[in-house]
Amino acid sequence: MIDTTAILFYVFSGILLGSAMMVVTARNTVHSVLFLILAFFNAAGLFVLAQAEFLAMILVIVYVGAVAVLFLFVVMMLDVQLSQLRRSAKGYTLIGSLVGSVLAIELIFLMLNWKISSNAPDLTTTPLSLYQGMSNTEALGNLLYTHYALAFQGAGLILLIAMIGAIALTLRHREGVRKQIVGDQLSRQAKESLRLVDIPSRSGT
Amino acid sequence: MIEAFLPILTVVGYALLVLVPLLLAVAYLTYAERKVIAAMQLRIGPNVVGWFGLLQPFADGLKLLHKETIIPSRSNSIIFLLAPLLTFGLSLSAWAVIPFGPDLVIGNINVGVLYLFAISSLGVYGIIIAGWASNSRYAFLGALRSAAQMISYEVSIGLVIIAILLSVGSLNLMQIVEAQQTVWFVIPHLPIAIIFMVSALAETNRAPFDLPEAEAELVSGYNVEYSSMTFALFFLGEYANMILMSAMGSILFLGGWLPPFHIIPFTWVPGIVWFALKISLLLFIFVWVRATLPRYRYDQLMRLGWKVFLPFSLIWVVLTAAVLMGLHLLPGQ
Repeated sequence: MIDTTAILFYVFSGILLGSAMMVVTARNTVHSVLFLILAFFNAAGLFVLAQAEFLAMILVIVYVGAVAVLFLFVVMMLDVQLSQLRRSAKGYTLIGSLVGSVLAIELIFLMLNWKISSNAPDLTTTPLSLYQGMSNTEALGNLLYTHYALAFQGAGLILLIAMIGAIALTLRHREGVRKQIVGDQLSRQAKESLRLVDIPSRSGT
Repeated sequence: MIEAFLPILTVVGYALLVLVPLLLAVAYLTYAERKVIAAMQLRIGPNVVGWFGLLQPFADGLKLLHKETIIPSRSNSIIFLLAPLLTFGLSLSAWAVIPFGPDLVIGNINVGVLYLFAISSLGVYGIIIAGWASNSRYAFLGALRSAAQMISYEVSIGLVIIAILLSVGSLNLMQIVEAQQTVWFVIPHLPIAIIFMVSALAETNRAPFDLPEAEAELVSGYNVEYSSMTFALFFLGEYANMILMSAMGSILFLGGWLPPFHIIPFTWVPGIVWFALKISLLLFIFVWVRATLPRYRYDQLMRLGWKVFLPFSLIWVVLTAAVLMGLHLLPGQ
């Protein structure tokens, strides 16, 4: 019998890794962003396979629907000269490869010392017996707003601060800009702006 | 071997059962739009091809089909062709979760509303990619406008959906419809129903928010370089999105397949007919608005989205939560 889930898992993760590689290596920056979007999609597919459909949809809505659109926006407007970029990137080869190899060695050490619990498969398939028979949206909500309420609110607060910071950094009050003032427009009366004149024939006002 | 593919074949069959009527509906929506606008402007509208011009959509389709597909030489041809396919494909794929009746749905998934929201938020890619790949100033400006507009109005649509979810207690579209047995959500949630309808106009780039394709300033916006079938796909996608938004509106606010009153003559009519009637009503509003209102100015459009709709729908979410909490009406309690 064909195990559809396994096939789909390898298809999704294969495309995910391939497109992640293409994000880094693509010559055109717009192509990079498009491959990034493909990678997000396949990650969402993996979430669906793990029966975490809420996370999958949120990943698509937040990352593909909002974040990547802004990336695409910026990248399209930049008009990067690739040859120039390549020339300036050559100067960073040494330090870049140094940092990269340090990170790679750390990862390898981590992998060697990683201990997988014997009941890990059970934990991943049935996360908590408490939340059985619930859709995973409800289960997530139950966890986030009880056990992790403070952490959740803290994360929200950090995002709020980041947003205020971004606005404070970019907000400029420009002089001499004529803005639409809706209140003034709505409070305008007919007698302030309209004058009825009875013009006799063959003469101007 | 056949047994292994049988589930796939049935799903394909169901998909065709949805998509063929949908494409017919798209074809006749273009006809209905022209007829309705003509009637509102005291003209006759298409009346030459077939009886009352009923074959006009097919004549238009065939004409587009046999034109030459022109790909601009300085464009990025793969992405240029990807954009219309994406727009069209996305506008069809959302229909997988729309419930047409008590047990008429292809995929009854737990996160149906989020799926719809995700698909509709992806619609912006077709347009922005088309604008960039065409390598044309007009197309690019149209795409930028459209991207900014769709992102802005998505925020208020999201908040509107949250207010509905609070009163249902589920993300499943079937349960959202069934929660409206006693009263359609359009009555308690009338203000956000209006916000949803206006945002749907902006999300589908329809008049009075059709700035991305403002003929006077941008020729025709993001699709100016497209011809023949590539243009037809954009066109079909746009109209399929209108029908999708109307379907979403009737599920969230007008009780989906439910009849208006649960008394005898109304309950005889099958649910799918009620659903189609509600979609047609919302589509008529789309066309009516186009015939009535002039185009918005761009800064006014942004102001309406961010400074009026966003705060109002946010307050409505808080208000809904407070009322449900205070009256112990929260679902699941």
